[in-house]
Amino acid sequence: MNGAQSLVNALEAAGVDVMFGIPGGAILPAYDPIFDSKIRHILVRHEQGAGHAATGYAQATGRVGVCIATSGPGATNLVTPLADAQMDSVPIVAITGQVPSAAIGTDAFQEADIRGVTMPVTKHNYLITDPADIPRAIAEAFHIASTGRPGAVLVDIAKDALQKETTFNYPKNVSLAGYNPVVEPKSEAIRDAAALITQSKKPVLYVGGGVIKANAAKELMQLAEITGAPVVTTLMARGAFPDSHPQHLGMPGMHGTVAAVTALQKADLLITLGARFDDRVTGKLSTFAPNAKIIHADIDPAEIGKNRHADVAIIGDLKNILRALNPVTKAALAKSQPDLTPWLTETYGWRSKFPLGYDKPSDGSVSPQYVIERIGKISGPDTIFTAGVGQHQMWASQFIGYEKPRTWLNSGGLGTMGYAVPAAMGAKVGAPDTTVWAIDGDGCFQMTNQELVTCALNNIPIKVAVINNESLGMVRQWQTLFYNQRYSNTDLHSKRIPDFKLLAEAMGCVGLRCERPEDVDKTIEAAMAINDRPVVVDFNVHRDAMVWPMVAAGTSNDDITVARSMAPVWDSQEL
Amino acid sequence: MAIHTLAVLVENSPGVLARVASLFSRRGYNIDSLAVGPTENPKVSRMTIVLNLEGHALDQVSAQLFKLVNVIGISEMKDSDSLKREILLVKVANTAAAKDVVKKHGAVIADEGGKTISIEAVGQSSAIEALLADLKPHGIRELVQSGLVALERGDSTLADRTLSTMGTANESDPNSSTADYQN
Repeated sequence: MNGAQSLVNALEAAGVDVMFGIPGGAILPAYDPIFDSKIRHILVRHEQGAGHAATGYAQATGRVGVCIATSGPGATNLVTPLADAQMDSVPIVAITGQVPSAAIGTDAFQEADIRGVTMPVTKHNYLITDPADIPRAIAEAFHIASTGRPGAVLVDIAKDALQKETTFNYPKNVSLAGYNPVVEPKSEAIRDAAALITQSKKPVLYVGGGVIKANAAKELMQLAEITGAPVVTTLMARGAFPDSHPQHLGMPGMHGTVAAVTALQKADLLITLGARFDDRVTGKLSTFAPNAKIIHADIDPAEIGKNRHADVAIIGDLKNILRALNPVTKAALAKSQPDLTPWLTETYGWRSKFPLGYDKPSDGSVSPQYVIERIGKISGPDTIFTAGVGQHQMWASQFIGYEKPRTWLNSGGLGTMGYAVPAAMGAKVGAPDTTVWAIDGDGCFQMTNQELVTCALNNIPIKVAVINNESLGMVRQWQTLFYNQRYSNTDLHSKRIPDFKLLAEAMGCVGLRCERPEDVDKTIEAAMAINDRPVVVDFNVHRDAMVWPMVAAGTSNDDITVARSMAPVWDSQEL
Repeated sequence: MAIHTLAVLVENSPGVLARVASLFSRRGYNIDSLAVGPTENPKVSRMTIVLNLEGHALDQVSAQLFKLVNVIGISEMKDSDSLKREILLVKVANTAAAKDVVKKHGAVIADEGGKTISIEAVGQSSAIEALLADLKPHGIRELVQSGLVALERGDSTLADRTLSTMGTANESDPNSSTADYQN
């Protein structure tokens, strides 16, 4: 067989059931055997869509997402999704064609050094010029992407390696001299962590996306109940712990709840689980959680001490860590149980005093938060929600109740506008029986909506809510607050240009529009009733709604701006 | 300012130097020198990296470096328990005074032109710096340095520690600044 057939055999052996891609010159040999493969290939409309679809698929299913593209521009169009997946520790493998090995380095047609380009934004990558190396590279790529801290891996294959004759030999085991992630925690670290927990009167479980990656939500629930400590879930961890649970304080960070932010600030111990002290959570590092000792549990040793010193570091897979930590903590607390009552009274007091909320526009226009809240309520906790980046993303993280892991997919680290539609496509392919809503902004939607064509043609009936405030809302919000309401280049004029309803219909979807608060529920219900085609709802919303609470970048979390106690200057008198 | 020397065993595979350089560049770590070459094992290359760490913990640098799939083992080479050498080739004016300096420092005249001599010296950084300081008044025309290479004193080898434990991962102790990173 040739290298191309060997590649397809290797992908099948790796357990791939679906991949997203577009053919082109250098990858063309691979598309011939793909035609006969049992792997479902979904022909996207832009390689970026393929990459985010692979990410959405991976986030929804926990399996490795796969995308495939040709050399040069095909490959460079994958750079954003690769960086996105790597930042959010999502396991994806990208296959790219490369110009023939003899032409590499000659600035050949459609040549780009994609291995060099993607080195800083992937966990690892390969350039394969010998067909005999293809099966091993694929096996290693899937192993590296899915183990340890998951991430993005790229395999670039020269066209002649796809064309040459070879034999297929898929390795049974992958053994890499320089890659052996530690998955079992050390018992001393577990013991030290339990000891700190027994000494703490103001603990907080600071939960990050690692809990979802490790499928450790059940174990987290056990630790929460053993310790009785309040829980905060970061943007990447929404759904790791049920929002309805009485110990949940919500999301910390720049747009987090007052209770979550304040609890971290006042805590004497952070039990940090698969979180990385990101700047959007900590604000100014030197002022973050100033009185707290830190237990830091993570699969990635390089996260320990990167931003914040860890008093106890536990390196390992979070499921293993929690399975070890839970009984030891339970036993330690049985001997010495600090009284958390004053702390719980205080934190739960903040939660009831400062609930998330929003004002309804008095001009009769639709509140974006209300739309998102109603979609969450009507669609229910089994729904998978994706979001783009900006105000709608924050509102979707705040006003939808998440009860289960892998129901909230978004671009947290890289902050990639345009993530929602292709990620929803990938999620729906991975979970075809689940309702998938993309909560998108009108700015984001205009970056990647072409994948609705892919959805319409491939029976991928996602639902898209365009929260249309006719502007780049988050940037506009910053201009309102920090740039004297000088709205430089944030007005998109997208109320009718483009006409999202007609655009949706042009792409083979059902297009709906909602312009009045009283129509919100029935429009959502109409969208929910359509399951044979993708649906796009253009929700025309009030443009001056803001995301609160907000801690401006670089300021102390102690200075958190509380929506209800602050009266910012609005550019519209209605609010 | 804190100068540290790391010995890094890497897989002898294409792009590995670029990966290391790219990592140091994007994370803002300053490299004073980097020397790389083959080892007794044809599958393994060894880098000696001299780092000027201002505002970065050695542990963090090592942990980030160790995340590279092609990096097999890392160890800090401390002055007290390692041999450190660098090579200097330097071209100066061919004068009696310059030749006296060469003699004084135990260096070698490797090549003699009409107007210049090319001097070869191998030694610790301090000896190389002293030689250069003495040569400077005589007019240095051109010089090239190898970057530091380092080897542990005594019987222990990084290769033994790293390659013998291949496949049984040892995580580093995050509280130790001298932790070996080995797979």
